[in-house]
Amino acid sequence: MLSRTAESLFWLARYMERAENVARMVTVGRRVASVAQSLGASGDEWLSTLIATGCDRGFFHKYSEPASDAVLDYLVRDPDNPSSVLSCFETARRNARAVRTALTVDMWNALNETWLTTREFAAQLSDPDKVPTFLDWVKERSQLFSGAYGSTMLRNDAFYFTRLGTFLERADNTARILDVKYYVLLPQDEGVGGALDYFQWQSILRSVSALRSYHWVYHDRLQPWLIAELLILRPEMPRSLLSCFDQIARHLDLLAEAYGGKRGECHRLAGETYAQLRYGRIQKIFQSGLHEFLADFIDRSALLGAEVGKLYLN
Amino acid sequence: MPAVYADAFDETGLPGPCLPHYALIRRWLDETPRDFLLHKRREAELLFRRAGITFSVYSEGSDPERLIPFDIVPRILCAEEWARLVRGLVQRVKALNAFVADVYHEREILAAGKLPAELVLLNDGFCAEMQDLDVAASAYVHVAGIDLVRVGPNDFYVLEDNCRTPSGVSYMLENREAMMRLFPNLCAKHRIAPVSHYPEELHGTLQAVAPPGCTGEPVIVLLTPGAGNSAYYEHSFLADEMGVELVEGADLVVDDNLVFMRTTEGLRRVDVIYRRIDDPYLDPLTFRPDSLLGTPGLFNAYRAGNVTLANAPGAGIADDKAIYPYVPEMIRFYLGEEPILANVPTYRCGDPRHLAYVLDHLSELVVKEARGSGGYGMLVGPHAAAAERACFRAKLVARPENYIAQPTLALSTCPTFVENGIAPRHVDLRPFVLSGREVRIVPGGLTRVALKSGSLVVNSSQGGGTKDTWVLERLPET
Repeated sequence: MLSRTAESLFWLARYMERAENVARMVTVGRRVASVAQSLGASGDEWLSTLIATGCDRGFFHKYSEPASDAVLDYLVRDPDNPSSVLSCFETARRNARAVRTALTVDMWNALNETWLTTREFAAQLSDPDKVPTFLDWVKERSQLFSGAYGSTMLRNDAFYFTRLGTFLERADNTARILDVKYYVLLPQDEGVGGALDYFQWQSILRSVSALRSYHWVYHDRLQPWLIAELLILRPEMPRSLLSCFDQIARHLDLLAEAYGGKRGECHRLAGETYAQLRYGRIQKIFQSGLHEFLADFIDRSALLGAEVGKLYLN
Repeated sequence: MPAVYADAFDETGLPGPCLPHYALIRRWLDETPRDFLLHKRREAELLFRRAGITFSVYSEGSDPERLIPFDIVPRILCAEEWARLVRGLVQRVKALNAFVADVYHEREILAAGKLPAELVLLNDGFCAEMQDLDVAASAYVHVAGIDLVRVGPNDFYVLEDNCRTPSGVSYMLENREAMMRLFPNLCAKHRIAPVSHYPEELHGTLQAVAPPGCTGEPVIVLLTPGAGNSAYYEHSFLADEMGVELVEGADLVVDDNLVFMRTTEGLRRVDVIYRRIDDPYLDPLTFRPDSLLGTPGLFNAYRAGNVTLANAPGAGIADDKAIYPYVPEMIRFYLGEEPILANVPTYRCGDPRHLAYVLDHLSELVVKEARGSGGYGMLVGPHAAAAERACFRAKLVARPENYIAQPTLALSTCPTFVENGIAPRHVDLRPFVLSGREVRIVPGGLTRVALKSGSLVVNSSQGGGTKDTWVLERLPET
């Protein structure tokens, strides 16, 4: 297939996934901010969301204070922010249009209708009460897209590149969501393990729709290291870093098979990261620092993306 | 001269009795409540919007992706009418192909004095780089869109030939899909000749013109200027239907006069390019050096006979408006036949006698730029304000050779669903003619309709719409 086609498939899947994750992070941000407010802790809760989504630099270019309205607007519908939900849908649809012939009808419909409706929806978002409905809808649309391509695409290289886009983006985003907690400062009189701390961890689980899963897996009250383990190392958790890298390594292997066994640095890198996750222990990660681990992971994922590009997309 | 009709010919037969091929439609229109039609029209819009069947209007600021209005009342041709059109179209396109081949080889038609040499050789559509190049199957105009208008029961005229990169065929196909989805019963009661095999016919035509050196299954691609182009939907649609890659200039690379596309597995050889990029943008090394749309070296690869370009560069010499008046002569010269489809009488304003006539009769004529397209830069005399006519008069006097003029034809009308219900509106017809080793025509075409009452301008860029065109294999039972 054309390199440009592969590249567009890869990126349109990434942007659809990113839209969902930005929506998830904004949802957590709202919960955390509203509880902090009710506890009288006026903090920089929104700041953590901005940093975690990687949108802090762009935001402060435009605004001086992370006020809730401004952050919401910036993350949800600001066309100047390339990672805003609206921009993600826009970019995904632009990529889709450039490679329409590589999409199934169901994929195109999912993408195109999302884009058509977002434009209408965005006009109503100045009403803050509409935002939660919108965020839920964004998740649904992203899931519709995943379902559409999962159930209609031929299992060939086009599918593998799309899958790679989805899982590379998801891995990156799960790491970022987990890292939110690092940036949220607890007020002085609220200690670690207190009500607020507990609530923040719970919000993170909720944001990746994993609160119930946690209870099924651990039958225990929420413990930070178990939450981290669930989202990093557990194979049965579909958004965990391990699950994502399992998929990434698998689809890179399928590509190598499809293309006569040719492999590159991206295969080595994916295999290495997968092995670390597969055989890693959460105690070790906490000892050397969860935030440091996640920051390193996010860098590696970016590098992997670049290596995939070098081997296949240029 | 075309017969003069006091009123436009209504294709259903009005004001006389309804013609048999329209009988069922007429009854359906009489029986169907307006609300139902309105509802169906909205449904059609939704269908087109969802599928992304849009086109870009370059000069507008607002919505960059616009729908071409679709009229839900079909335009119908009976089998006999169509059969005659087919004979005329095949004849005309054969002559156009022969003309292009001749122009770039022996130029016998010029030697015979059938048309002035300078008109050809100094024409902007003439491509000197094509001289003495032998192309596969001597096919130049692989896809032709011939614009026809009708003024009476048996009077069809060719308004213009489109021999470069004619568009609109996706509307022929999608309009049919929409009609079958919206009105399955109505469609089932008519024996409508299918059009859905057009992409296969196009694919077959392109396969047939693979370069002689190509052994095995030729690799075909469709070359598009990109998603910003007004016809991008059609490009992606056709590529998809044919199962070929849709490439942009940057996806292709020429090495040692061979053309390749960049794929995830490295470079892959390309044999036939159905290009929807205009000649000047094809190859910055041969044509416009500032073009970013094309592929450097493409034309040399073409000249070396390693790749086929469809349509051939330089084919535009055959559809130039200044050449148009000579097409009937071409038919006689190359085929030894009398033209089946007539030309509209045309005044070439570069000729002082013609210019004098045109200036005297501005209020009766349609004046067009010899090189314009899309209905821009056109004067419809009878409908123009005095100031507009004065403006054209000045232009004509200043640059007469840039203009041609034709009598204002009373284009035929078809029933159309408009604000006030069903009313007659003027239509034209663009059938698509494929030429490889043989000529193929799918029974149908793109009917364009002027939605404004009385308007004769059907171009989509000027507020025209489209209709599904039905060629009936036999008359409906009533």
